[in-house]
Amino acid sequence: MPERTSLLRDLPRLLFLAAAGLLMLMPYIWMAAASLKPLDEIFRASLSLWPERFFAVENYGKVFARIPVGLYLWNGVVVCGGILLFQVLFAVPAGYALAKLRFRGRELVFGAVMLGLLVPPHVPALPLYVAFSQVGLLNTYTALIAPFTISVFAIFLFRQFFKSLPDDLIHAARLDGMSEMAIVWRVVLPNAWPAATAFAIFSVVAHWNDLFWPLIIANGDSHATPALGVLFFRSAEAGDDFGALMAAAMIMTAPLVIAFLLAQRRFVEGIASTGLKG
Amino acid sequence: MSDLAIAAPRFRAAAAGEALAAWALCLPAVIAYLLMLLLPTLATAALAFTDYELGLDGFRWIGLGNFAEMLDDRGFLQSLRNTLIYVGLVTPGSILGALVLALAIEAGTRGRTLFRAVFFLPVVSLSVAMASAWQYLLHPTIGPLNAALRGLGIAGPAWLSSSDTVLLALAGIGIWENLGFNLVLFLAGLTAIPRELYAAAAVDGVPSAWERFRLVTWPLLGPTTLFVLTITMIRSVRVFDTVAVLTQGGPNKASQVLLYTLYEEGFTYFRIGYSAAITLVFLGIVLALMWLQTRILDKRVHYA
Repeated sequence: MPERTSLLRDLPRLLFLAAAGLLMLMPYIWMAAASLKPLDEIFRASLSLWPERFFAVENYGKVFARIPVGLYLWNGVVVCGGILLFQVLFAVPAGYALAKLRFRGRELVFGAVMLGLLVPPHVPALPLYVAFSQVGLLNTYTALIAPFTISVFAIFLFRQFFKSLPDDLIHAARLDGMSEMAIVWRVVLPNAWPAATAFAIFSVVAHWNDLFWPLIIANGDSHATPALGVLFFRSAEAGDDFGALMAAAMIMTAPLVIAFLLAQRRFVEGIASTGLKG
Repeated sequence: MSDLAIAAPRFRAAAAGEALAAWALCLPAVIAYLLMLLLPTLATAALAFTDYELGLDGFRWIGLGNFAEMLDDRGFLQSLRNTLIYVGLVTPGSILGALVLALAIEAGTRGRTLFRAVFFLPVVSLSVAMASAWQYLLHPTIGPLNAALRGLGIAGPAWLSSSDTVLLALAGIGIWENLGFNLVLFLAGLTAIPRELYAAAAVDGVPSAWERFRLVTWPLLGPTTLFVLTITMIRSVRVFDTVAVLTQGGPNKASQVLLYTLYEEGFTYFRIGYSAAITLVFLGIVLALMWLQTRILDKRVHYA
């Protein structure tokens, strides 16, 4: 860490970063401003951010009146929560077995995990779509969640982390008469909290923002996620009504952005350390 | 210690028990892996050699027919070209920007957390919503960007609806989306450079900040940079959201990209076989990039 310089000498650097930061925030600033303006002000295309006539109630009101905002957010919570639950449920025991147990076929399983890391989620999408449509599961939570219940990346991450846990910890638990399953959930996972939170943040951010798979599976409001909600609102209601469209965008972006601002450090670490999978 | 004494004779039974427990623990993951990943991926590979269309009964094996069709398919060729251009713009743009900003942040102690958060914000923002914000920002007549350009006496282009500028505009958004992620990777790489090296450089009479960067920072940041390079290419070759929201590949296929063509063929026209073949091309590109990455990371080990 460089020694603390005087504020005056630091000023050019800070000004440069502030200018770049402001540029970065432009979409948010204009999105927020437009969501408060009436349409005629937006169409005047003036460069003043502050609305002359405050139109927030009308814009946000229109969003809530025209689309089931609560339902979209709820769908997002169900889908992200369901995906994360199964990912952890499946990946943590497998990661533990690969890290700490000796068994025939371990190399094979680990090889399969490494192979799975190479495949982007778009590759199995077509046959999964055909299969879900054959069994009538299109437009269901099952179809939205099931393809992501297996995260080879989670298995890999947990295996790496569990390997660093001391063997004595596990031996002691066995001597206490705990089953392997109990060891996984009551000894290993509580000691792997950093890896688990990092993965949870990575997973939720990825699936809250995902458009590709929900666009394929969900048709209509009943199972639409927030990403689809914005898309529906845009094409159906708010072709050129940018005020209301920006209000909808604000509402759907807010939950994750607020969570990020509250736990900024964890988010950055979680996504940068786990997001390397790309 | 009596446990140890009785443990020895029971060694084989214990090993068998351990193996059984291990497989029981792996079983849910193995089943999900087979059903949701391995079998569908193999099915995609098989479908790529058929003319299967959803809704039609049966299919024929047509060998390399789908791949031959690609070579004559203007839409596909355009999407391949556009994807390469997009990657070619986003990769250097987001890496260079991230490097400059990371160096600026790392050069002092003030505002570190704040600036990192600001630049990282797009990574966690709902991409569909932010694409809508960009649509407003880049709107030809009412958009603030063109309003600002008008103020300077420049007539701004119709960014997203003109085939000359649409890729440029999408790449700009792509740079904005990827910058913060790369920035955090660069910050991690910069923190790992030992401070003593800068002190040593100062003792050896390395005067300017530029020389310090050229002689110390850049070489030591090499592995990070190569890693960021490949990871950015792998990420940006997957461009889909902005295209699906803003242009649907238009105007006149000028922003058709690989994943969007795959999506259209498979899920709007239901030409599963052809779409599967495009999927394989996409997979091939991703695998090639990953192969490049392991090659580069291997090199890092040799030089370390």
